[in-house]
Amino acid sequence: MDLKSLYSQIITENSRAAHNRRPVPGATVSLEGNNPTCGDDIVLQVKIENGIIEDLGFIGSGCAISQASASLMIDLIKGKTVEEAKGLVDLYLRMIKGEADEKEYIDRLEDCSALAGVAKVPARVKCAVLAWHTLEDALNQQPD
Amino acid sequence: MLSQYYKKDFKILSKLENDMRMVYLDNAATTQKPDVVLAAVKRYYTGDNANPHRGVYELAMRATDVHENARQVIAAFLNAERAEEVIFTRNATEALNLVAYSYGLANLKTDDEIAVAVSEHHSNLVPWQRVAEVTGAKVVYLYPTEQGEYTEEELTSKIGSSTKILAMAHVSNVLGIENPVKLASRLVHQNGGIAVIDCAQSVAHMKVNVRDMDADFVAFSGHKVYGPMGIGVLYGKYELLDAMPPFLSGGDMISHVHESGTTYAKPPRKFEAGTCNLGDEAGLVEAIRYVEAIGLDKIREHETELCKKALEGLNALGRIDIYPSGSDKSGSLISFNIRGVHPHDAATIMDSYGVCVRAGHHCAEPLMERLGIGSCLRASFAIYNDMDDVDIFIRSVEQTRKVMGIGS
Repeated sequence: MDLKSLYSQIITENSRAAHNRRPVPGATVSLEGNNPTCGDDIVLQVKIENGIIEDLGFIGSGCAISQASASLMIDLIKGKTVEEAKGLVDLYLRMIKGEADEKEYIDRLEDCSALAGVAKVPARVKCAVLAWHTLEDALNQQPD
Repeated sequence: MLSQYYKKDFKILSKLENDMRMVYLDNAATTQKPDVVLAAVKRYYTGDNANPHRGVYELAMRATDVHENARQVIAAFLNAERAEEVIFTRNATEALNLVAYSYGLANLKTDDEIAVAVSEHHSNLVPWQRVAEVTGAKVVYLYPTEQGEYTEEELTSKIGSSTKILAMAHVSNVLGIENPVKLASRLVHQNGGIAVIDCAQSVAHMKVNVRDMDADFVAFSGHKVYGPMGIGVLYGKYELLDAMPPFLSGGDMISHVHESGTTYAKPPRKFEAGTCNLGDEAGLVEAIRYVEAIGLDKIREHETELCKKALEGLNALGRIDIYPSGSDKSGSLISFNIRGVHPHDAATIMDSYGVCVRAGHHCAEPLMERLGIGSCLRASFAIYNDMDDVDIFIRSVEQTRKVMGIGS
């Protein structure tokens, strides 16, 4: 197991980052995501206006991988359209399954590509996808 | 140490994990199996396999003998009064569900109380919540002190004339401390109730004597005592079993079936519907002989020594939270957290050093809530662990901090 790729500086530092850990004023969707077997638990709040994701924040606790992936996701998604966000979620989930093109995900997922190493650690996949699945559900709840 | 004589009996332990020596410290989840257990399962299927209680041919008789002999060995192991008090199940969870749904549904009514230790594994807690919901009975929780102990005061204040059932583990799978089950049984009996004791975490580490603890029901899983997965045991006092309705129904648990209705077999067969898992019963018998040959006292002494050394190592590292705090850990497991590191990250990093520890809520969420944590790490020991395992374990904890970038 390559620990360095799994716990890179981007991940350990972002797991402790506080700037996205906050409720979102005027959020249009608030959704809980959890991994019952390990206790990771987050509430993701999203504010969408005119098809643009204006703001996101999360509250919760969990392992470094789940927390870093939530924070990095928010940095990436903020300001994108709902359609762009759905495309990025799809690409990220394919990256974690080990099915995405490396050049494409490094290019489009920016710092979130630091989580690509999780594809080789099946036990931790559920941690890496928690925030993203929660966002996917939140976006699908939005009326077009 | 004991491990030098017994480690060789467990082939899996000589395999590498992540190219490192395997340091298996998740024995409270399941133990590894010695060769004699695996051989016993194979011997059954290659020499004695048939459906018990059904055929009249010689082979079916031999299979029946394997089944009934296993019952006797387990009855003696638990010091039960009669072999008919031993019922085979899939695991402790199924055994506890049997008691909840058969005894509980038949005997509980509105406003009766079920006293449940808050540190119970979900298997001795969720069935009682469900049965309470159906019957209108109430679950009353017993709380331990910060040191993880259930005091006499707590027991006497919660166990009273409305208490029909007490549910308590002999040893908690997180706290690792022996609970006062004998006292709790006495108190519930004084009030006309019964005691359901989960021995899943004690059976491989200390003598479980059902008559001494005066338990009405005792459950354990074979796979936590060096036996195969898929075989468990429920002990129940015969008069209680005899008066209880069946749990699962179907083949082998009947006396007669007519279009108009069915009469049931006597215990234990009343509770063993369908073909039993004889291969694994044979394996469990061998596992019990194995631990009895070593001696449970010696096993406990060995594990306590490892536990103490591990605890010293963790305390020397500093910034480690031990649950319960201040415990002297004269048991076989240590639950802890590395401050600033989530247990799942720690377990992944320790795994890269070949160290297998459990991380999570250990199927004891109400206890986690009481401890004010979401999850923790647990290292649990068995006869094949040695001091080198402890050293590697401690080093892996140290490395975990480095990898997570919070110093050593």
